[in-house]
Amino acid sequence: MIWNTLTRWYHQLGSPRYFYRFSEIVLPWLWPLALLITVTGLIWGLAFAPEDYQQGNSYRIIFIHVPAASGALLGYVAMGVAGLVNLVWRMKMAEVMIKAIAPFGAVLAAIALITGAIWGKPTWGTYWEWDARLTSMLILFFLYLGVMALINAIPDPRQAGRAAGLLSLVGVINVVIVKYSVEWWHSLHQGSTLKLVGKTTMPPEMLTPLLISMLGIYLLFAVSVLWRARAELLWRERKSAWVKELR
Amino acid sequence: MYFDSFSAFLQMGTHGVYVWSAYGISTLLVAGNLWLAYRGQRKVREELRRLARREQAGQ
Repeated sequence: MIWNTLTRWYHQLGSPRYFYRFSEIVLPWLWPLALLITVTGLIWGLAFAPEDYQQGNSYRIIFIHVPAASGALLGYVAMGVAGLVNLVWRMKMAEVMIKAIAPFGAVLAAIALITGAIWGKPTWGTYWEWDARLTSMLILFFLYLGVMALINAIPDPRQAGRAAGLLSLVGVINVVIVKYSVEWWHSLHQGSTLKLVGKTTMPPEMLTPLLISMLGIYLLFAVSVLWRARAELLWRERKSAWVKELR
Repeated sequence: MYFDSFSAFLQMGTHGVYVWSAYGISTLLVAGNLWLAYRGQRKVREELRRLARREQAGQ
């Protein structure tokens, strides 16, 4: 039953025409909602959450740093999945998704690096250290740029999509390294604030705005992906009947 | 609000520069990227409409 629903979604959203119509229905309310949630989470974290007893107010950077870093990691995993789907089934929609995900993913990776550096100065006394977590995150940023450069460099969109899909898939190894770097190596970086298994040590007054900011950033990511996928779909399918009907 | 005054909010103890620069840079990057994504699809639609008008004029 659930499986049938999932396969139906997969096939429907895999059809350019259906995806375009889906984005048309979702976007008008999704982007204001995403903006509202993000702003709520950030203002809450900036002005209403209590101070950290060790780090003082500098810890408030966490409300952007963690959502940006986790968004960048999740986005790369999504690109890897799309890369796999494309390699196995040669699905056009998967190529479109890779191209649509990469730019915002790169921006989130850059934000994670920049805010991390700014946070590092008052906390560790340095902006940068060639430590496992920081270095693997920098590699994630370069992988995003690599995927974008590859797509731009190859003129044939299908070949470009396949190459970008392969790089996305292989690059997922780096996501695993980023995730576990703080456990595998001795790192300057503190351990994970949020854990998939086990209890979070963060008090609810800080955890709530953090989770709201994360949801907001993920939704903004989705909005950017939908807008970019629309542009790519329209251009690729410009000679097909459904696009000609639109105009 | 957690802070006693608006100026305390801006100063954030001694960490105001760090916190506000982090938030400022991030806001600019995200807003700029979203704007490009939005404008991108608008431009493709305009371009397609322009092509359609030219096709009709040619026929």
